[in-house]
Amino acid sequence: MQRFSELLDRLSYEPRRNAKLALLTQYFGTTPDPERGLALAALTDGLDFRHAKPAMLRGLIAERTDPELFALSYDFVGDLSETIALMWPANRGVNAPPPLLSDVVVGLRSAGKSEVPGLIAGWLDTLDETGRWALLKLVTGGMRVGVSARLAKTAVAGLGPLDTDRIEEAWHGLDPPYEALFAWAEGRAPAPLSSDPAPFRPPMLARPIEPETFAELDPAHFAAEWKWDGIRVQAVAGRDESGTFRRRLFSRSGEDISEAFPDLVEQIDFEGSIDGELLVVRAGRVQSFNELQQRLNRKSVTKALLKSHPVAIRAYDLLSSDGRDLRELAFEARRGELESFVERLSLPAIGLSPLIGFRDWDELAAARANPAGHIEAGDAEAVEGVMVKRRDAPYVPGRPKGLWFKWKRDPYLVDAVLLYAQRGHGKRSSFYSDYTFGVWRDEELVPVGKAYFGFTDEELFEIDRFVRNNTTNRFGPVREVAHTKVTGLVLEVAFEGIARSTRHKSGLAMRFPRVHRLRWDKKPEDADRIELLEALVPGNVKA
Amino acid sequence: MQQNLILTDAGLYCSAGDFFIDPVRPVERALITHGHADHARAGHGSVLASSETLKIMAVRYGAGFAGTTQAIAPGERLSVAGVGVSFHPAGHVLGSCQIRLDFGGFVAVVSGDYKRQPDPTCAPFELVPCDLFVTEATFGLPVFRHPPATGEIGKLTASLGLFGDKTHLVGAYALGKAQRLIAHLRESGYNRPVYLHGALEPLCALYEAEGVAFGPLEPVGGRGKELAGEIVLCPPGQLTDRWARRFGDPVTALASGWMRVRARARQRGAELPLIISDHADWDDLCRTVVETGAEDIWVTHGAEDALVHWCRSRGLNARPLNLAGYEDGGDGETVGIV
Repeated sequence: MQRFSELLDRLSYEPRRNAKLALLTQYFGTTPDPERGLALAALTDGLDFRHAKPAMLRGLIAERTDPELFALSYDFVGDLSETIALMWPANRGVNAPPPLLSDVVVGLRSAGKSEVPGLIAGWLDTLDETGRWALLKLVTGGMRVGVSARLAKTAVAGLGPLDTDRIEEAWHGLDPPYEALFAWAEGRAPAPLSSDPAPFRPPMLARPIEPETFAELDPAHFAAEWKWDGIRVQAVAGRDESGTFRRRLFSRSGEDISEAFPDLVEQIDFEGSIDGELLVVRAGRVQSFNELQQRLNRKSVTKALLKSHPVAIRAYDLLSSDGRDLRELAFEARRGELESFVERLSLPAIGLSPLIGFRDWDELAAARANPAGHIEAGDAEAVEGVMVKRRDAPYVPGRPKGLWFKWKRDPYLVDAVLLYAQRGHGKRSSFYSDYTFGVWRDEELVPVGKAYFGFTDEELFEIDRFVRNNTTNRFGPVREVAHTKVTGLVLEVAFEGIARSTRHKSGLAMRFPRVHRLRWDKKPEDADRIELLEALVPGNVKA
Repeated sequence: MQQNLILTDAGLYCSAGDFFIDPVRPVERALITHGHADHARAGHGSVLASSETLKIMAVRYGAGFAGTTQAIAPGERLSVAGVGVSFHPAGHVLGSCQIRLDFGGFVAVVSGDYKRQPDPTCAPFELVPCDLFVTEATFGLPVFRHPPATGEIGKLTASLGLFGDKTHLVGAYALGKAQRLIAHLRESGYNRPVYLHGALEPLCALYEAEGVAFGPLEPVGGRGKELAGEIVLCPPGQLTDRWARRFGDPVTALASGWMRVRARARQRGAELPLIISDHADWDDLCRTVVETGAEDIWVTHGAEDALVHWCRSRGLNARPLNLAGYEDGGDGETVGIV
C-alpha cells in the first residue's frame, strides 16, 4: 500500500503522459505479484469490493478529533478524504506494519458491512498521510489520478517487447492480479490462452486528410462512407468452451459499456464482431450527437430513457464472424462479408452504414458538402464528413499511414472575445494557454466556451504576451483579461456543433472548440453576438 | 503586566521599553526577530537584532537600512528602558530569534517565526520558559504535519533518477528555504553542482560567509537546456514565469509547507511538491505552547482560530492577535505572485 500510494501521489501531480508511463512501468517492474496486478486492477477500474461511504468516514474521524478543529480543517482543505488523511491522529502505539494492497483488497472483499469501519480505521492507524490519502481514494472508489486504462496497459507492455494492442485483445480474458499477463509481458511465459469468446479488438483509426493530398491518391483505389457523429463501438459475441453465450458492447478504448445499452445488447444474437457507430435512431432516422449524449457516461439507464432515446448501430466493418478472424482480409472483402452478415441478422438495431458512390474526388467533395442530396435529410444532419478507405487495406489496429482518412465537414466559425486565461501544465506551465471566450449578449460579453489548442507556438507566444500586458484581475492561476468594446483580443474560434448547457452563463456549450485564428485586425465590438450561436442549436428554427 | 505589550497598526509595541517588535512600517526603535522581508523592513530609526539578521538586512536593503543598528548575541541580556531584553534562537532561518522580555519577573516571549525540525543551516530552536508566549501560527491547523525533510529530498533525487533528461527546477524562498534545501541535498550525498537563479546568489554567499558549507554552487547565468538532469533553484514565482522557459520542459518542484494540501500544490503549478517548511507544524506549535509553561498565549499571523481553540480547550488563556502585514509563510517574494 505504501509503494502504491507513492505511485498515486506522483501520478496525481504529473501532467506528462510519458512521465506517467515511466512512473507506472517502473512501479510494475519493481513490485512483486500480486501487488502490482491489484494496482493495475485499481487503475483500470477492475477491483470489486464493498466501497466505503463518506458518512462512515465522517463517523470515524468524528470519534478521533475535535469537531471544531475538524470543521476548520475541512473548510481549509476542501476535500473530505484528504482532510481525514491529514488529520488522522498518528497512532504511535501501533506496531503493525502498514497493509499491503492485497491485504486491503482481500480484507474488504471478505468483510461484513459492520466490520468495514474497524478494518479501515486499523489500516489508517498504520499508514502515513500519503498512504491514508491513497487508501481513502481506493476504498471510496475515486482514483482519478489521470491514468486511463489504456495508459496502464501501455505501461505493462513497456516491461518487454509486447505491443499494447496485444494486451488489449487478451485483456477481457484476464483477471486480477494478472500474474499471467505480467509473466507474458516480461517474456517469462507465452501469451495467456484467452478463453474469452467476446474479446475487444483494438480499432483501426483514420488520419485527417488535407484536400491537397487527394491529388496523390487514385480514387479507384478507395471507397468512401459517411462519417457519423456518434461514438465508435464494437458489438461482440461468441460462445465459450462450455457453450455459454457471451455478448458485449465496447467503447473505442475497450471499455465495456454493455450495461448502459441493454436495449442494444439484448438484440445481439450473432457470433462475431461488428465495428460501427452508435447513434440514437428514432423512427429510422439518426439523431444529433446531443441526443446521444443523454445516454453516455451512465452506469445504468432508466426505462423512460430507453424509450425516448433508442440506440442503434450503423455498421461499417466486420472483424470476425463465426470464429473466423477477418482482419487480414482487404477492406473490400470484409465489406462483402459485412453486407451479407448484416442482411442475415436483420436486426432493427443494426443497420449498414452505406457506401458513397463516386468517380472522382470532386464528386466526393460534392457529397461531403451536401449529404442531404444522397441520404435522408434527417440522417444527413448527423453526418460530420466522409471517411475514405483503401479498398485493399487489411484491418490494422492503431492509426496506420495512408489507409484510412477522415475528411470532416468544415467547422463552424465564430468571432469571440478573450475573457479569461489560465496557465497550462507541464511544458506550458509558464504560458497562459487555456482560454475562456465570450460573445455579445446585449451590451455584455457572456462566456460561451473554453479552448486550449488550435494555435501555433508563435500564436501562443503572442496571446501570452497579450494576457500578461492586459490583465485586469487575478484569481489564483487565472487572469481576467481586458475586454471592453475597443480593447481586447478577438479569437476566431472553430467548433463542431453547439448544444444547450448549464455549464456556461450563456446556456450554450460548444463541441470541440479551438482557436482557429487570431483576429488582431478586429475590435471586440466587431465580435459575434449570441444570436448567431443560438441559431445553430439543433431544433432551433432560424428566425 | 501584559498591558506592557500593545497591538498597534505598526505591529506589536512595548510601551515600557518604547520599542516595536517586527514593525511593518518605519518606527523609531525596532527589535527584529529575523530577516524575512515581512518582519524586517527598512527605514527604522534604530534596529536591535542578531548580527546575522543585520547582515541579511544589509544584503537586502543596502548598508543604510536603518539609522543605527546594534547586534545582540544569543542569550545576551540588555536592558532597554528597564525592560530586560534577550534574543534566543528560533530555528527558523539563519540568525532568527525569539525575543524574551522581562518585566521585573513577568516574562513574555515573542516567537517571531520558528520551527523545531532539524535544519543544518541555523541554530536550533531554544525553549524559553515564560508567562506569556506570543506564537506564530502559519501552519496552525491539524492538517499540517511536516514529514522529515530527508524523505522529501528523497523524492527529488528519485525523480532525478527516473527523469535524468529533465532539468529539476525547484522553487524555494531566497532566505532560508534555498539554503536548507542545498544543505539537506548534500546530507543525502548529492554532490553535483546546484545551480542558482540570480536572486538566490547574494544570500547563499552570506550563509557561506557565516560558515555554512554548501559544496559546489553555480549561477544559472545564460544556461538553459544544457542543465538537463541538474537541480536548479529559483524563487517560487519564477517557476511559472517566462524565465523558466529556457529549460524546455522541466520538472517543477516547490518546497513549502503548503505543499501538504493538494489543491494548494496544484494551484502553484507544482509537479513535485516537497513538504519542507521553515515553520513549526501543528504538533510542534501545540507542543511548544505547552512546554513554555506560559498561561497566556497570544496567537499571531496564520490560522489563529484553531490554535486559540486548542489552547482554550487545554485551559490556557489564549487570544488571537490579528497582526496585519505578515504573509502566509512567505518571504515578501510572494507579493503579486499568484
